[in-house]
Amino acid sequence: MADSPADKLAEKMATAPILGPGHDFASVTDKISSIVLKRRPPKWWWVGFAIAFALVMLMLYSITYLLIVGVGIWGIQVPVGWGFAIINFVWWIGIGHAGTLISAILLLLRQQWRTSINRFAEAMTLFAVACAGMFPLLHMGRPWLAYWMFPYPDTMKMWPNFRSPLAWDVFAVSTYATVSLLFWFVGLLPDLATLRDRAKNPVAKIIYGFLAMGWRGSAVHWYRHETASLLLAGLATPLVLSVHTIVSFDFAFGIVPGWHATIFPPYFVAGAIYAGFAMVLTLSIPVRKVFGLEDFITMRHLDNMGKVLLATGLIVGYGYMMEAFSAYYSSDQYERFMILNRMFGPYAGIYWCLILCNIVTPQFLWFRKVRSKVGALFAIAMVVNVGMWLERFVIVVTSLHRDFLPSSWGMYYPTRWDFALFFGTIGLFLTLLFLFLRFLPLISIYEMRALVSEEDKKAEGWSPAD
Amino acid sequence: MDIEKNIGGDTSGELTAPHKDAPEQGAPRFWRGLEELADTPEFRDHKENEFPHGANDPDAKLNRRELMKVMAASAAFAGLSGCTKLPTQKIVPYVRQPEEIIPGKPLFYATAVTLSGVATGVLVESHMARPTKIEGNPDHPASLGAADSFAQASVLGLYDPDRSRAEVHDGRLASWAEFQSELSLALGGPTGAAGLRLLTGTITSPSLGDQIRGLLSQFSGAKWVQYESVTRDNFREGARLAFGEVVNTVYRVAQADVILALDSDFLTAGPGSLRYAREFARKRRVENENSKMNRLYAVESTPTSTGAMADHRLRLRASDVEGFTRALARELGLNSVAAPASAPQVPAEWIPALARDLKQHSGASLVVAGDQQPPVVHAIAHAINQALGNFDKTVYFTEPIEQSPSNQWSSMGELAADIRAGSVSTIVILGGNPAYDAPADLGFKELLPKVTFSARLGQHEDETSALCHWHIPEAHELESWGDARAFDGTVSVIQPLIAPLYGGKTACELLGLLSGKGAKSPHDVVRDYWKAQKTDEPRFDAFWEKTLRDGVVAGTQFPPKQVSLKPGIAAEPPAATPQGLEIVFRPDPTIYDGRFANNGWLQELPKPMTKLTWDAVAMVSPKTAARLGIDSSQAVELKYQGRTIVAPVWVMPGHADESVTAFLGYGRTRAGRVGTGTGFDAGWIRTYASPWIGAGLEIRRTGDKWPLAATQTHNTMEGREPIRVATLDEYAKNPKFAQAEAVENPLSLYPDVKYEGNAWGMAIDLNSCTGCGACVTACQAENNIAVVGKTEVIIGREMHWIRIDRYFEGDADGPNTFHQPLLCQHCEDAPCELVCPVAATVHSPEGLNEMVYNRCVGTRYCSNNCPYKVRRFNFRLYSDWDTPSLFGMRNPNVSVRSRGVMEKCSYCVQRINAVKIDAEKQDRPVRDGEIVTACQQTCPSEAIVFGNVNDPNSKVSLLKAKNRNYKLLEELNTRPRTTYLARLRNPNPEIEKSAGA
Repeated sequence: MADSPADKLAEKMATAPILGPGHDFASVTDKISSIVLKRRPPKWWWVGFAIAFALVMLMLYSITYLLIVGVGIWGIQVPVGWGFAIINFVWWIGIGHAGTLISAILLLLRQQWRTSINRFAEAMTLFAVACAGMFPLLHMGRPWLAYWMFPYPDTMKMWPNFRSPLAWDVFAVSTYATVSLLFWFVGLLPDLATLRDRAKNPVAKIIYGFLAMGWRGSAVHWYRHETASLLLAGLATPLVLSVHTIVSFDFAFGIVPGWHATIFPPYFVAGAIYAGFAMVLTLSIPVRKVFGLEDFITMRHLDNMGKVLLATGLIVGYGYMMEAFSAYYSSDQYERFMILNRMFGPYAGIYWCLILCNIVTPQFLWFRKVRSKVGALFAIAMVVNVGMWLERFVIVVTSLHRDFLPSSWGMYYPTRWDFALFFGTIGLFLTLLFLFLRFLPLISIYEMRALVSEEDKKAEGWSPAD
Repeated sequence: MDIEKNIGGDTSGELTAPHKDAPEQGAPRFWRGLEELADTPEFRDHKENEFPHGANDPDAKLNRRELMKVMAASAAFAGLSGCTKLPTQKIVPYVRQPEEIIPGKPLFYATAVTLSGVATGVLVESHMARPTKIEGNPDHPASLGAADSFAQASVLGLYDPDRSRAEVHDGRLASWAEFQSELSLALGGPTGAAGLRLLTGTITSPSLGDQIRGLLSQFSGAKWVQYESVTRDNFREGARLAFGEVVNTVYRVAQADVILALDSDFLTAGPGSLRYAREFARKRRVENENSKMNRLYAVESTPTSTGAMADHRLRLRASDVEGFTRALARELGLNSVAAPASAPQVPAEWIPALARDLKQHSGASLVVAGDQQPPVVHAIAHAINQALGNFDKTVYFTEPIEQSPSNQWSSMGELAADIRAGSVSTIVILGGNPAYDAPADLGFKELLPKVTFSARLGQHEDETSALCHWHIPEAHELESWGDARAFDGTVSVIQPLIAPLYGGKTACELLGLLSGKGAKSPHDVVRDYWKAQKTDEPRFDAFWEKTLRDGVVAGTQFPPKQVSLKPGIAAEPPAATPQGLEIVFRPDPTIYDGRFANNGWLQELPKPMTKLTWDAVAMVSPKTAARLGIDSSQAVELKYQGRTIVAPVWVMPGHADESVTAFLGYGRTRAGRVGTGTGFDAGWIRTYASPWIGAGLEIRRTGDKWPLAATQTHNTMEGREPIRVATLDEYAKNPKFAQAEAVENPLSLYPDVKYEGNAWGMAIDLNSCTGCGACVTACQAENNIAVVGKTEVIIGREMHWIRIDRYFEGDADGPNTFHQPLLCQHCEDAPCELVCPVAATVHSPEGLNEMVYNRCVGTRYCSNNCPYKVRRFNFRLYSDWDTPSLFGMRNPNVSVRSRGVMEKCSYCVQRINAVKIDAEKQDRPVRDGEIVTACQQTCPSEAIVFGNVNDPNSKVSLLKAKNRNYKLLEELNTRPRTTYLARLRNPNPEIEKSAGA
């Protein structure tokens, strides 16, 4: 039995290291910091950056036009008052969740395999939140008055309406963005100091030095850093749950059939983690390849992420099932119609595409063979990315387009401006990512060094428990 | 006041006056008139009253700074300019009014608006001498307080920026004085008098008729041609056939228990329809389950609002209606009527059952024939009414209301022949648009330029003006003196609300010029005419003032006239019904004959049955569409009598099979910025021989698409019963049928709110609503609602605060059709209020769901969460902030919304507050019925009632207490303040039984 290829594979993957063999402190530091400091950006970086930046230009162009003409340039109407903007908002926010989950929850759970991907995933979170945050602002009829959403003392003595989930959203997302940024920056401090010390270019030295905030690596620094990281992790952990819960309230508190469901918060959180891990896979697979980081982001990481993907995918699948079941079980004609309309109405194609992407495709992850194939993992992650976007389309559009009174039913068709802004934010995300890859260590150097020492200890017969 | 004076010092005049005197760039400079040559004090005065630079030149592109300056100037100046804008003659406000003009307080004036010459009395709301809103005149017999969409929209017609502003001679700017001299030259020519033709629309105006008759006697050989494309020739010829003379038929719907409409939309179209709808609705205002109501049968090809109200609707090709009528007449014992060529294809029990029902209600039944049906149908209808003893009970006859009842199409034919023969040297066209709407095969467009001297008085430089030598800008009815008769002969004096914005002339002035007695002002002409008529009035001044105040000339209603039916009506056997695909022409429900094509409100008003906007269609039944392989929104080629036109198809449930209805009024080429290029011109295939109904139409698919903008795309109720319907029998058995599904759950997280004092609410009786859409236009006028255009309607962004939902029930061939006005329900637990993040929509202590535009940031969450989807969003800048002429039209008490904010029905909060302020000043509670919302005010069938629901004796409370009352989507616990009274049907058991079997 133990000789079968499958079992061999299983054994190999379970014991696969989270750090390639033969690394010491110096080699880890060298390898990661050299990406930023020594190597000139390769050709693909320039090409990728140029494409991403072109998309940013598209985004700026479409935002300018949007501000001049109004949200009427999009396909939204009555009854479908929310379209791509909200779909994209939820999609981006969801993607961000994996970063926080990896850096905070897995940190608290002392999952060491997270080390090599957490910096990267946190950056992804931040960039995704930046993309997401734009949409609620831009989708407003009068975005220049967005500050009215904040509780500030004004002469009209007007407060936001604290009963509205959108008002909660403002707090949830802004808190999330702040904590994520802090967490990321605090985690970067030791590495910024390393870069400062190793940089040859005087300008880089000054900038990294400025950003390192005087980090000298003293024991006190390390102690405080550790404490701050833990505290921030503790703060960020509930955020993983709260942000998408509140985003789901935007829908669940509405009375629209297809929105008004108690299952939404857990279902949204699971969906967010699902989407986030898919995105981490999507990004880390090419990155480890082009930077030769297979030693740091090993098959073990990919395997674990594949498992998380499968698990959260199953939760999401359960969510879909419960949606249909509770619609049936409620005996409510509007709920029943809503689910039938999703399945067989004018947007049925999108619904079934979503089922194919989010439920059927991830089932391949049951197989170790699939999880051990980088290409297959990448393909599945891409499919899930698409599927999660479709899910939000289904929730937002198919619920709204046929609600209570048949007289006001309508169809929503996105316009080219909807797409322009969507692809524009993908461009923004990629641009930020390319800049991050170029100027900051994409893997946490100090944590990898810690890993080296632990691996060493392990080699010497220590166990972490001691 | 000082500020006003200061600004007045350097900027004087009015905002919207035309700058017709400014010479165009490069154009030769003309003197502006004899006044200028003479440099009279009047002229200098006029010159000094010109407006600040740029403001009165409509075409000048103002930059922002200038615009602000002008707006500020005009705002500060509103009071003064208002005074200067008033007509110079004395006009008299309606009933009791404040003693002076108070900014923000409107004055109301009684006057009349006409459609095809026939008057409807209206009250015009005037803010600082700017007419802003039309309401029905309760004292006028054709209105009884109601107004239709055409009347409502006439305010927009007045301020239409595309109205012509200057005399034009062969494409060049000219002047009235030049026209004067040219005209006298033309009339003085060798064939001047005999070659004169006067072409007008239908004229009921006694003073104008008097003037024309005088003119005709002055110019022997001159002829007067009246022409309307939507003519009532059949109505007149039918009377001639039946009685040997043209008489006017007036119905007393209030006394009819059984009504048969023969292809007639008498509830929403035609003279008197407002009154008929009201009387009809009153017979349907069911108190309780033991009440009785009238019964309406409709036999028609094209689905109409009347057909939708009918208890039994039989769809029949328009050309088969004659056969049906003959069969019915014979069934009723009128054996002198020849049998139809072939038995009508109707269910066997229909005609006998109908005949029995009519007979049982002898003297209380009524048969109405539609204007599109041939004269013989009208004649047989008269015969049936007489046989049923309905004369002088449910129907009576009077002298014709037209000044000269004529067969308009044949006189148009004669005119064309005369021009062809060269015997017409001068043609003066007053109104109308014959170059667009004359029968296509008459070639009027080619003939008109052959006339040596042609002049056209028109509000727009349209298709006809383009072919005439002279175009004279016409004053709008709200700018002119005049008079006109209503459907029953009642005369209203039309008084101007405002001096002509664009210096237009009236028909009266042009006729004065023709007769060489030009000096008399239209006011004097009208007044003197009535002075001559009312020689028995001891104090004419008092009479005149009362007439102006009331809006009707007392005692002018025609008395019933005794008529005798000619023997042997329709005795000759009819020709066989023509075979082949039938084509039926009908006036468009909102654009009419095309005269309203440039009116954005009417263009965007959904047509009652199709909910289409901005387009005319070729309407076919589902079966015929399937046979021809065509579908809605496809472009097809209609070929009829050798003429072809491309038209969009609309598959209409309930349309007669093998019949196509084409709506007139679209395809205008020179209508203006709104109307030009919309839709197709059905008139192109409408020939002299078959103005309404023809056969032998050919349809060819083109393979092209023709996108159509319908405001409602889903037509069935999906088993949700937003409209609850029962027959009278079912209602008697189950009086609470409408409330059967009431499952309101009192549980709420929030404490119950107690409404002290007033609590506003509304009840809408679905048993009365005809779906005509007058409320939609009234609301649009009252609340400054923007027009968005066809492409935006296609996306689904129309802005109407009140909409009329239309549902079909039953099979697609012959469905029941129901209408339901839907406006903000003002829920007590409003889902919209909960979700707005900035509290821009909140609840008032009186239970109004209020929208605070200034606070709205435009998340649209409220709209998503509104189960009734009554909220409307300014996705773009829809309100016109740039066209100065439209500024004057707006209701100053309602904000003009900008881009990015949500809006919706406010229950006309500005009206509520106006009344509340008055009541408070007088230290008394608001009286029931004192507050009238715009939709309620204009509703012909009184379907909408508004009031205080805290007062158990208010009209609205009494309605809500009825067992037919139900809340829409009650199960959502929104607790709407707007409730509906269920619709009832009163079917004939004999027909219903067999239909159900």
